[in-house]
Amino acid sequence: MRARVWGCRGSLPAPASDTVRYGGNTSCVELGVDKDIVLVFDAGSGIRLLGRDLAARGSLEIHVLLTHLHLDHLQGLAFFQPFWSDDVELHIWGPPSPTFSLAERVAAYVSPPLFPVHLSDVPSRPVFHDVPDEPWMIGSALVAGYPVVHQGPTMGYRVTAHQRTLAYIPDHEPSLGVDLGQLEPDWISGYRVAEGADVLLHDAQYSSEEYRTHVGWGHSSIDHAVTFAVAAQVDRLVMFHHDPAHTDTELESLRDEAQALWVGRHPPVLAAEGMELRLGPEGVAIDSPSSAEPSQPVPLSD
Amino acid sequence: MADNHKSLLLILARELASNVATPMFVVDVHGVLVFYNEAAETLLGQSFAVTGPIGPDQWGGTMFQPEDLDGRPITVNDLPLVDTMRERRPEHARFRITGLDGVKRTIEATSFPLFAHVDDLAGAVSVFWEEDQ
Repeated sequence: MRARVWGCRGSLPAPASDTVRYGGNTSCVELGVDKDIVLVFDAGSGIRLLGRDLAARGSLEIHVLLTHLHLDHLQGLAFFQPFWSDDVELHIWGPPSPTFSLAERVAAYVSPPLFPVHLSDVPSRPVFHDVPDEPWMIGSALVAGYPVVHQGPTMGYRVTAHQRTLAYIPDHEPSLGVDLGQLEPDWISGYRVAEGADVLLHDAQYSSEEYRTHVGWGHSSIDHAVTFAVAAQVDRLVMFHHDPAHTDTELESLRDEAQALWVGRHPPVLAAEGMELRLGPEGVAIDSPSSAEPSQPVPLSD
Repeated sequence: MADNHKSLLLILARELASNVATPMFVVDVHGVLVFYNEAAETLLGQSFAVTGPIGPDQWGGTMFQPEDLDGRPITVNDLPLVDTMRERRPEHARFRITGLDGVKRTIEATSFPLFAHVDDLAGAVSVFWEEDQ
């Protein structure tokens, strides 16, 4: 299993000279398990560059797994090259809603007046699926999606293949109204998504001080992210959904805070555009782009 | 993986119950009392940390000895929370219970079902008021 981060910014794209190391594109992570099948977590602005890459690779079966429909997780979909191709098999999965179908909710964005083309005229004719209650197979990957605490219907995803598990919960406030450190595991939002995962990409948007003025906004502070990952016995925490106001230097300061709180073998790292994660029988390796994590190389190990 | 993970609706209901001053019960889809808050602890006479999860036969029967206002015992099936789970609709009733501290109290209870999707029952919540207060 191989994952590549194409966007890890939260809320709003943040291109600037001081966000270059970790990137300004919003959430998008590619996951490769089988040769001709690509899984994509979220369709933030990072999916645009992934689409260009996939078009060059000639990928035929693509599954986009939307955690939720906030714009920073959806805004790139209409700029995803395979979306405009009639020779791909494009599946879009997302959280069920008691009111409108997933297609209707996505169409609210991909239609006038917010977008010039109607969803029904998109050449790829994407197939929309509500995430089922039980895990399901995509190729040889076992995929599970479970609701987590955020604003509105939101999923966390867990993918297991070749005896390795990657969990993805980019928007999550498991500490809302509770003392996360005191809670029994089965009462923690997102626990079954992350439990025992080899790698967890998790919301780490705020500093502890910033969180105090953002309670109920649906995101985690650094200490909440660490407490959650430790409670779920995650092997590696990748800090995700960077606040658009945070510069590279500020992110590295937050990372240092997270590492000071961490009690596991492998200290938390910051997600960065271009980061590659390889999960295989021999272990897990995280390769950051040369501009990011300059002092924190993470070697291949089990 | 453990197989007793709570649904998000139960987690949110427990979070709400943990933060309100009104006594609240949270039951899962099987009717098991999976949480009651501090305010309910005062009413019921014992903390949830001591009782732990309680099955419907126990909380609806021997445990709190529910009776109507004339002193006739109420069977578990006639309790509003059990009605809510069976009929999948809100219920309201006045009755008496005997707390685990031995004190008899007249209460009003309103219960309502928790649906995760259109027809996906995750459990129910019951809110209590002690009549004398």
